[in-house]
Amino acid sequence: MDLIFNFIGENISMIYLVILMVFVGIELIGHVPSVLHTPLMSGANAIHGVVLIGAIYVLGHAEENDTFSLIVGFIGVIVGTLNVIGGFVVTDRMLEMFKKKPGKGAKS
Amino acid sequence: MRHFQEVLFLLGSLGFVVGLKMMGKPDSARKGNLVAAVGMLFAVLGIMFFKHGEEGIHVVNNVGLISAAIGVGTLVGWLMAKRVQMTAMPEMVSLFNGMGGLCAALISLLEWKFKGDSIATMPAGEYLAIIAGLIIGTVSFVGSIVAWGKLSGKLGDFRFPGQQFINIIMLLAIVGAAWMNFGAAADNNMLYFYLVIVLAAVYGLLFVFPIGGADMPVVISLLNSFTGVAAACGGFLYHNNVMLMGGVLVGSAGTILTIVMCKAMNRSLTNVLIGAVGGSSVAASSGGKSGGSVREVQATDVAILMKYAQKVIVVPGYGLAVAQAQHVVHELEGLLEAEGVEVKYAIHPVAGRMPGHMNVLLAESNVSYDKLVEMEHINPEFATTDVVLVVGANDVVNPAAKTDPSSPIYGMPILDVENAKQVIVLKRSMKSGYAGIENELFYNSKCGMLFGDAKESLQKLVNEVKTL
Repeated sequence: MDLIFNFIGENISMIYLVILMVFVGIELIGHVPSVLHTPLMSGANAIHGVVLIGAIYVLGHAEENDTFSLIVGFIGVIVGTLNVIGGFVVTDRMLEMFKKKPGKGAKS
Repeated sequence: MRHFQEVLFLLGSLGFVVGLKMMGKPDSARKGNLVAAVGMLFAVLGIMFFKHGEEGIHVVNNVGLISAAIGVGTLVGWLMAKRVQMTAMPEMVSLFNGMGGLCAALISLLEWKFKGDSIATMPAGEYLAIIAGLIIGTVSFVGSIVAWGKLSGKLGDFRFPGQQFINIIMLLAIVGAAWMNFGAAADNNMLYFYLVIVLAAVYGLLFVFPIGGADMPVVISLLNSFTGVAAACGGFLYHNNVMLMGGVLVGSAGTILTIVMCKAMNRSLTNVLIGAVGGSSVAASSGGKSGGSVREVQATDVAILMKYAQKVIVVPGYGLAVAQAQHVVHELEGLLEAEGVEVKYAIHPVAGRMPGHMNVLLAESNVSYDKLVEMEHINPEFATTDVVLVVGANDVVNPAAKTDPSSPIYGMPILDVENAKQVIVLKRSMKSGYAGIENELFYNSKCGMLFGDAKESLQKLVNEVKTL
């Protein structure tokens, strides 16, 4: 029991943040037209690429002679960047197609 | 000036929230994506060049290595994202999602190593964040790779009896191993740590493998929110609010998105995960009124029918995507419009393999956005429509969803194409759709079947309309 209370006490501000963000997330997505589900999923996919920050941090703390950690961290940063860049670019490509093209569709 | 990092992280978080909000509206969606990307840039600058609470610029250690990794990731990610075909978007998203999961797992792996001797005195919260990031990241990574493989046709379905039971056992085993690891860590015993990784990887495999292709988008969306949670674990570990916010935001938004997608298909999440419909073996028996005869029609007849119609509605489905027929269908639309025929597209929320899939595809071939009509708005219009052209869609026009309570898709809202005067179905063969059930519509006297590859059939129609 003590363990749980200590845990809550030590991390109280982050716990508040988590709870609030859960509801923000629900509010943001709740009333979205189904047309946008795929781009949104892809956009959210890019946003969780923020895990890259952690990878940079952890690679920044690896000792210079600790080859194993340097390699693992290096891979971590690469895949994290892949997630970010790939995610945003794919989403942009999807959304690019939603822009209106006046006249073009009607004639041709 | 101090606290530069905090300000940049704050701007980053703000970018995520505002960006995601803007992405929820068609008009501002693209800008929203950009806003979120700029937020990400702020966050990365913050971690690279500043230090928590310190004056001036502090470049992070190993900056050369980090920059090189970012460079490689940017180049590869950019090329992959730019080159992928629009039809292959779902698997690409899944692949990038897997990369995020892998990243989270690797962070936990290294962090565990760095803790070294201080593990014994580690606060429970920190341990929890590391081990949860490891487990969720690994599951998300392996699961996403499997989903990617299945969607791109590299992997098939794989089912075995009692899979749910085994999955639950696996989950318990993972938790058990994580618990043992907490105890064993003090003695520098890494056995349980590796066991956790292996078990999580196997769980990722077992979790995604049995799920049928039609349900894949739901799974990808779910794995997407998993990765969000994994990222949030990193935020918890480092007391890094931008990671925490971004992660939790995606975790919760992703979960809601998953549920909304399930609802659009009238499936419950449990059903998807247990795989009640997904595959072909389960629902084959519920054909009911199969038999009877279908009317096969020729391209010429269909062309005449459409050319002299007042109003034609096209119902696109996955068959159109597979055949890459989006450009031909647009060409046909142009020809018919030139003849004074009103042409619209009826978009079922889950047509294709993911919600919005058809919109993206048709928009790619320059079909005007106004012509894509969502289900609720188009359904009343079928009664005044002369010809409905169903291109490679099946389950979304199956009347069994309304009439047959025993049908696995019963209750799913469908497009009421049978109200139109004529229905022409472009289809490769009489094979069932993804849900694996017979479609009574094909035996309807109003319905004509034009067999063949969607693209070839449409090309024939285009030629016929031109020569008439």
